[in-house]
Amino acid sequence: MTREKKTKKIDHIYKYLPKSASGISGLDEITQGGLPTGRPTLICGDAGCGKTLMSIEFIVKGAILYNEPGVIMAFEETGQELAMNVASFGFDLEQLQKDKKIKIDHVHIDRSQIEETGEYNLDGIFIRLNYAIDSIGAKRVVLDTIENLFAGLENEAILRAELRRLFSWLKEKGVTSIITGERGNGMLTRHGLEEYVSDCVIFLDHRVIDQVSTRRLRIVKYRGSVHGTNEYPFLIDEDGISVLPVTSLGLEKQVSYEKISSGIPALDKMMGGKGFYKGSSILVSGTAGTGKTSMAAYFANQACNDGKKCIYFAFEESPRQIVRNMKSISLNLEKHVSKGLLRIHASRPTLFGLEMHLVSIYKAIREFRPDVVILDPITNLITVGGMSDVKAMLVRLIDFLQDEQITVMFTALSLNATVSEQTDEGVSSLVDTWLLVRDIESNGERNRGLYIIKARGMKHSNQVREFIITDRGLDLVDVYLGPDGVLTGSAREARKIEEETGVALRDYALNAKDREIDRQRKTLEAKISSLKNEFESAEEQLNRIYNEDILRKQVLSKTRDQMTKIRRGDEETGTAKIKKSKNEK
Amino acid sequence: MKATATESDWGNETKQWYVLRLFVAGTSPNSVRAITNLKAVCETYLADKYELEIIDIHQQAHKAEGEQVIALPMLIKKSPGTERRMIGDMSDTGKVLRGLGIKESAA
Repeated sequence: MTREKKTKKIDHIYKYLPKSASGISGLDEITQGGLPTGRPTLICGDAGCGKTLMSIEFIVKGAILYNEPGVIMAFEETGQELAMNVASFGFDLEQLQKDKKIKIDHVHIDRSQIEETGEYNLDGIFIRLNYAIDSIGAKRVVLDTIENLFAGLENEAILRAELRRLFSWLKEKGVTSIITGERGNGMLTRHGLEEYVSDCVIFLDHRVIDQVSTRRLRIVKYRGSVHGTNEYPFLIDEDGISVLPVTSLGLEKQVSYEKISSGIPALDKMMGGKGFYKGSSILVSGTAGTGKTSMAAYFANQACNDGKKCIYFAFEESPRQIVRNMKSISLNLEKHVSKGLLRIHASRPTLFGLEMHLVSIYKAIREFRPDVVILDPITNLITVGGMSDVKAMLVRLIDFLQDEQITVMFTALSLNATVSEQTDEGVSSLVDTWLLVRDIESNGERNRGLYIIKARGMKHSNQVREFIITDRGLDLVDVYLGPDGVLTGSAREARKIEEETGVALRDYALNAKDREIDRQRKTLEAKISSLKNEFESAEEQLNRIYNEDILRKQVLSKTRDQMTKIRRGDEETGTAKIKKSKNEK
Repeated sequence: MKATATESDWGNETKQWYVLRLFVAGTSPNSVRAITNLKAVCETYLADKYELEIIDIHQQAHKAEGEQVIALPMLIKKSPGTERRMIGDMSDTGKVLRGLGIKESAA
């Protein structure tokens, strides 16, 4: 392990192993650049796993994309047969041969025609190959399937020695070559070719699990290079081979702070007012008929209204069906479709295997470059793959979409009414936002409650909202929490009415009270004024007594003065004077 | 030889004209041995009844594909009868004769 690391490091410093890009989508990512330049690579696998196609694609792509002419030495099929076989992938071998970019040399061996009369060697093949390589300046060579020699010639000792010589000769010649070999019993190839070709070995496998066939590719070894070691699914479609790396190696994604609306204002409000993050993944799960598709359609509609492009992958309904059904909630998807903003891809899950689905999704996305992708529903994919396969597929899809900064919404059907945190194909841990629409059954009716179970990186409401679908569209309303639990639907309405009545009664009661107070105030005010009057009269009386007193005193002193004057007594004058001053005081 | 003629698969063997083509790779030991061995066989069994063309595949590489040359040295019997191929240094006379359609006992 450590030694390996060391040598790798040295490689790093001095020179990278030169690689020739295969041009096969996905393969170059796994091998981090392609097949080793100037060295032979062995591709082995069962019959029908795609060995020949892969090697031909290597040659064709090399000739077209990388300007590296190639020689195909076919031991099984003639040039015409090969050309016909790969014509369906858009490879025009005839034309490429005319353009001197490709040379096909068919090697025909028939044991019945050949008599071995002594020592021989395979110089014939060497010379033919050499001639073919030199005639077009080939950089790539395919030997498909060289093991046929074993069927045609008896002397295995000679053959083995010659094959060894052939591979080292190919290396010397500096051509990047692919040797194909049929899988053997307990060995990678029937005749142990892996013994001779030790630089790079790729193993192809074709397995059928639950009636669904999946092709898988594994790099058994790749001397002098790091490479992905997993089994990668690959498939063959009209464009040739596509290998799908299961997961990208890192989690170094760009993130965006931009938000995009869900199309339901109340829902946006539940998530801090603006909606989902751009490039995030949203899962809407719920039981049947809870409005998952409607929600997805709303999201799509909103994206299109904002001038964004959207792809809707439907696994249950046909495009027309979706358009018609959404009309019933006043959603006009048709105009977006005709404007080219919305594309609806409908396919039955059972149409092909999961990988094929994934690739068709990849392709559609690559071609259309949408901002929003909707998969409705992912649960249907289980019919074509196991739970873990679906999950692996979705991981890859989410990975890919995050790379492209595409927002994705999945819908998932949960089969059991009770909320289980483990449902939804286990993708709930992958997604950024999980909305759950749940049936709330009470009073003989079924209503929908919407929860935000999680919303990464966003403040979100913990409240259950009632999710209503009317012919005007979708909306969320607050549910009533009563003593008997959550009230929805007509119970909520009843409660509303009840409360409205309550308000009216209270208003009335308040008015009565107000009037009563008014009256009381008036009475009090009246009382206050009468008391005031009483007080005033009492005061007056008091004053009067006082004034009378003064008056009396004045009158008294006056009369006394007069009396004194009348008496004319001298002694009394003094006293009178004192009294007077007293009075003045 | 006349004794075998009636038993021959090819009918009257005396009238058969053998067209042989031997592909060799330069002057490699195998090639040289093959040429010597083949000439000996022909002289012994097919004197004056054959034409032998010796082709050095190194000189005429383009012929290799047309003639489906794989192993060297290789002898092709063009006629009479169906085409037959023999590979090796022709040291196994019995097999060479069988390839040429000649009964060994004819000698």
